[in-house]
Amino acid sequence: MKPVTKIKSKSLVLPLDDIDTDQIIPARFLTTISKEGLGKNLFYDWRFNSKGSPIKTFVLNQDESAGCEVLVSGRNFGCGSSREHAPWALLDYGIKAVISTEIADIFFNNSLKNGFIPIRIDEESHHWLLSNPGVDILIDINELSIDIEGFKKLDFYMDPFSKYCLLNGIDQLGFIMNHKNEIDNFEKKL
Amino acid sequence: MKTLFDKVWEKHIVVEETINTPSIIYIDLHLVHEVTSPQAFSLLRQKNLKVRCPNKTLATMDHSIPTTPFASLKDLVLVSDTPATRQLVQMEKNCHDFGIKLGGISSAERGICHVIGPELGATQPGKTIVCGDSHTSTHGAFGALAFGIGTTEVGHVLATQCMLQRRPKNLAINLSGNLQKGVSAKDIILKIIGSIGVDGGTGYAMEFRGSTISSLSMEERMTICNMTIEAGARTGMMAPDDTTYQYLIDKPHAPKNDQWDKSLEAWKTLVGDQEAKFQKEVAINVSEVKPMVTFGTNPGMVISIDEAVPEPNKNDEAFIKALDYMQVEPGKPLSEKKVDVVFIGSCTNSRINDLKTAAMFIQGRKVAKGVRMLVVPGSESIKKQAEKIGIDKIFKESGAEWREAGCSMCLAMNGDFVPPGKLSVSTSNRNFEGRQGGGARTVLASPLTAAASAVNGYVSDPRIFLD
Ligand code: SF4
Repeated sequence: MKPVTKIKSKSLVLPLDDIDTDQIIPARFLTTISKEGLGKNLFYDWRFNSKGSPIKTFVLNQDESAGCEVLVSGRNFGCGSSREHAPWALLDYGIKAVISTEIADIFFNNSLKNGFIPIRIDEESHHWLLSNPGVDILIDINELSIDIEGFKKLDFYMDPFSKYCLLNGIDQLGFIMNHKNEIDNFEKKL
Repeated sequence: MKTLFDKVWEKHIVVEETINTPSIIYIDLHLVHEVTSPQAFSLLRQKNLKVRCPNKTLATMDHSIPTTPFASLKDLVLVSDTPATRQLVQMEKNCHDFGIKLGGISSAERGICHVIGPELGATQPGKTIVCGDSHTSTHGAFGALAFGIGTTEVGHVLATQCMLQRRPKNLAINLSGNLQKGVSAKDIILKIIGSIGVDGGTGYAMEFRGSTISSLSMEERMTICNMTIEAGARTGMMAPDDTTYQYLIDKPHAPKNDQWDKSLEAWKTLVGDQEAKFQKEVAINVSEVKPMVTFGTNPGMVISIDEAVPEPNKNDEAFIKALDYMQVEPGKPLSEKKVDVVFIGSCTNSRINDLKTAAMFIQGRKVAKGVRMLVVPGSESIKKQAEKIGIDKIFKESGAEWREAGCSMCLAMNGDFVPPGKLSVSTSNRNFEGRQGGGARTVLASPLTAAASAVNGYVSDPRIFLD
């Protein structure tokens, strides 16, 4: 995994609550055996009509969304299935972080393991971000801060272990493998 | 004073968590299926790693497998060389290369991961269980601590038999009273999700307590624990009791003879202490629960069958979008909605008692004209049991289709799907947009409500048919 230190981008707003992983990447695209190439099917049923043409009104299909790396969504983003294809699809498309008041647990964990940044913030800041799409945002992992143009700079929480892994590009499997002795001893007692 | 969760969690800590690092938790059983594992096996190959405990790993094919009969994978490849089939071929190769036992296409032990764990007796009280599927909480019905995990974690567990996890908070759901006629475990869990919301359990391990539980069968308990993820909870659990032990006693993977006695002694300690503290508690009197149906596009958008669809709050875009997608009107009950498809199946409601309940209802009745009803047993073994007592015939005579085991129309990956715009009454667990096929509109309900809706052709209250 590559280290992640800063993300600077305009915000992309998808204000709906409870966006589930079936919307992020519909199940019929899960027949892949690799992590790559899922981006083209991100939010497929919202992006494309039944004939496969882009739905103009959907935010991802609008010109000003091109190149945006930070998604602001309604509460409870990523609920539903445990499919890691959801953060893979977001990353493959080019989105690197999501900001909301609540982000579902399994999605949250899956994201951090792939260098995708889930950020929980307070209601007031969230409300401001939802009402002001397209603002410049700077996420700093080292400081655990988000600097929002025209609003304020605020802190967010990330557990120290995930932060360390992200900043150093460390894969968490290595951490478990370093405790091989403890695992061996645990198994002996079973 | 400890909760049930505390007791199981603490027994499995390999390395304690610190401010800077999560706990390393030992996993007793890992269930693996074709959709969320290929990238994990690729990682093992890349890093030149082995599977640490193949004997604690149980593999199956369920998500993308067709529910029409095939003698072998080769036969399937011949007729349909699709990405889904290639995923199954890859699964066979991965299990072969890494020495994992696979319930393959022609195996009598094949079925939905959360159905076969319990029926083989591999799911046991006090075990830690993981699977790359969010409904792993099902196994919590046995007093196991069961988590749904992502593919990276599937790789961690394959390689180390451990996972990283921070300790969740504890949430108690206290169930009292007895179910009324025509109401089932599915209605209880839908009621709970409706009450606390789809994120009401986020960050929590949910523990079910109270007098109702002893009256519930293992099937019913599994239905309840299965859907705890739909309230956002990391897991759901119930303490084991005599019903649990009776269920397990002669299952193939259950301990035998002296081992059984020893296990039983340990299992009996797996009860949460009366005075244990929970960060949050919710009480539900199940005798007030009626048959429940969802009207929107998440399982929290749910009403009793005799209620009207609620009015949306003006600013609630997601709610308005959901009503629009479902083509339902506020102020009107769902009973005016015509049904196109009825699906009985999924890891929530595809066990033998679910099928029996639906079959007993449908016996001597006919599926309404224009309705397609699909019955998909949760495992090959359930299919066999059902056929032995003639349940398949009852369904077929009523006009329903009887299929091979698998996830099928729960997530519509295998070719079984609800056509765009059509309304399905389904015993599965998710009514997300497009979950049962692009544009499909899903109403989640119990097997009894689903069967009643199939016969009536409209979303229906099963109680009107019962004397
Ligand atoms: S039946 Fe549905 S919810 Fe259950 S494991 Fe299969 S796809 Fe997942």
